[in-house]
Amino acid sequence: MFEGLGDKVRQRLKGWTETMAGEERKQELQALARTENEYGVDPFGFNLDYSLAAVAPLLWLYRKYFRVEAFGLEKLPKGRVLLVSNHSGQIPLDGAMIGVALMMEARPPRAIRSMVEKWVPTLPYISTLFARVGQIVGTPENCRRLLESDEAILVFPEGARGIAKLWPQRYQLQEFGLGFMRLALETNTPIVPVAVIGAEEQAPALLDVKPLAKLLGFPAFPITPTGLPFPLPTKYRLYFGDPMTFTGRPDDEDSELDKKVRTVKSAIQSMIHQGLKERRGIFW
Amino acid sequence: MRPAVVVTGISGNLGRVLAKLLHKSERIIGIDRRPFVGRPKDVEMYQLDLRKKKAEDVFRKNEIGAVIHMGIMHDPRMSEEEHHSFNVVGTTRLLEYCAKYGVKKVVVLSSANVYGPSPDNSNFLTEDAPLMAAGRFSGVRDLIEVDMLAHGFFWRHPDINTVILRPVHIVGPTIKNAPSNYLRLRHPWTLAGFDPMVQLIHVQDAGRALVEALRPELKGVYNVTGPGEVPLSAVLRELGHTAIPVPHPVARPLLGLLFKYRLANFPPPELDHIQFLCNVDGSRWQKEAGWKLRHSMRETIRSVLGD
Repeated sequence: MFEGLGDKVRQRLKGWTETMAGEERKQELQALARTENEYGVDPFGFNLDYSLAAVAPLLWLYRKYFRVEAFGLEKLPKGRVLLVSNHSGQIPLDGAMIGVALMMEARPPRAIRSMVEKWVPTLPYISTLFARVGQIVGTPENCRRLLESDEAILVFPEGARGIAKLWPQRYQLQEFGLGFMRLALETNTPIVPVAVIGAEEQAPALLDVKPLAKLLGFPAFPITPTGLPFPLPTKYRLYFGDPMTFTGRPDDEDSELDKKVRTVKSAIQSMIHQGLKERRGIFW
Repeated sequence: MRPAVVVTGISGNLGRVLAKLLHKSERIIGIDRRPFVGRPKDVEMYQLDLRKKKAEDVFRKNEIGAVIHMGIMHDPRMSEEEHHSFNVVGTTRLLEYCAKYGVKKVVVLSSANVYGPSPDNSNFLTEDAPLMAAGRFSGVRDLIEVDMLAHGFFWRHPDINTVILRPVHIVGPTIKNAPSNYLRLRHPWTLAGFDPMVQLIHVQDAGRALVEALRPELKGVYNVTGPGEVPLSAVLRELGHTAIPVPHPVARPLLGLLFKYRLANFPPPELDHIQFLCNVDGSRWQKEAGWKLRHSMRETIRSVLGD
């Protein structure tokens, strides 16, 4: 996509990001290019310059629109890590904001990878964009490989259940998939629970018109006060918890894994409670 | 007379590279329907069709220590029946002779293409990934069948050392396969908005891999990778070509028409390779064969132009 718009646009966006980030952070970010080969990509297609350009509008949202506050970034372990978060808000801006936090505020900066659905590579422009900013198809093999290269992966075990939930279920954690726990056990990766406060209210959905969604091939068709799920400028608070390490057999029965997953779930739940108590309002 | 190495498909471009690499250290007997242009003097050559009974004479009259099977046809214009017969019957006969005459080492040249480009694919497929290519492209079905025949042979004859090599796209100045032909176009098509990572291997490195495969301790299936992966756009830029981005819904029907009227030589399913990933993990080969490449990514890409 950026090839078409030209290097000029990409340069300008990258410049904007670097201005917003400041000189010191700009230098620190260069370390993220260390996995790139002579053609400027890592084995999965990630390119730092492209990512810095693409992150510009997200960084603006982070600073000016959602005015994100991140707590606990210093707890992030170096090396491989699985960030496990609650998911909400109809559109995955919670993922984007966590990504910006790790790139722009964590010390050292981290470029997180999140899992995308298998239909993303069928979309022109989007497929290339996602690869260049480090987001890859969520196969177990890809995840394992990235963790073994000491990357940081963000997962939302609630999946569509979380992001598409309706207003009455806000801040209630939906069912968690077990895949992330198997991955953590296989690769000996610490899990950092993350709670996102503020995404729930960005696009409050009163109704999900499932027949219409099915017709259009969308995962959901939410009806919000603004009509479309256009995000309102809620104040985002991100809480990063203490790293949790689990041991055990990755091929254990679901019931065994479920016990471990529940500890992560309750860690996130308590951070959600804390966050809701601490905040003064939805928009400030 | 020392045991010979039979090389099928020796008259092809990769075959000739292999012959040059191998003829000084091994006694080579080549089998191919096509004449071997530029044959080194110490290489015996039989212009034969593997499906014919005459081919067995090579095994009857000589002590054969190893077979390298590259005699697989890839011609999108050839009829499916002829293709199928040549590849599947030819391979079946060859493997029969190997078993009958106690050949100790059999190397079959397959391809990483057998996994098939797909949006579902992991970024690095290992040797146990399913061979899905035939789902979208029947032309690759033969290749998969040959790969499977070799597998069956491997399991049925544990005393014979069978190696199946699946290299990534082989490119070189004289190579005439789909990737090399595509990369030689001055204005190659791309599918607008798609820029998949691709893996290439220099023909000389591919030839050397075939030679390495003769080592007695190597057996089984191996993905063979080149110097890594790069976006397709980087390859085209390195070659100095200007791509023509074609919207993907239009590209396939359009190419179908062009192919039918012989204005293009790429059947539409080949477009999958410039849209979706079909990349492999070559670590098994790297570890077991101690694989060392001789050509960098830049050299590999540029070899298409004959650098």
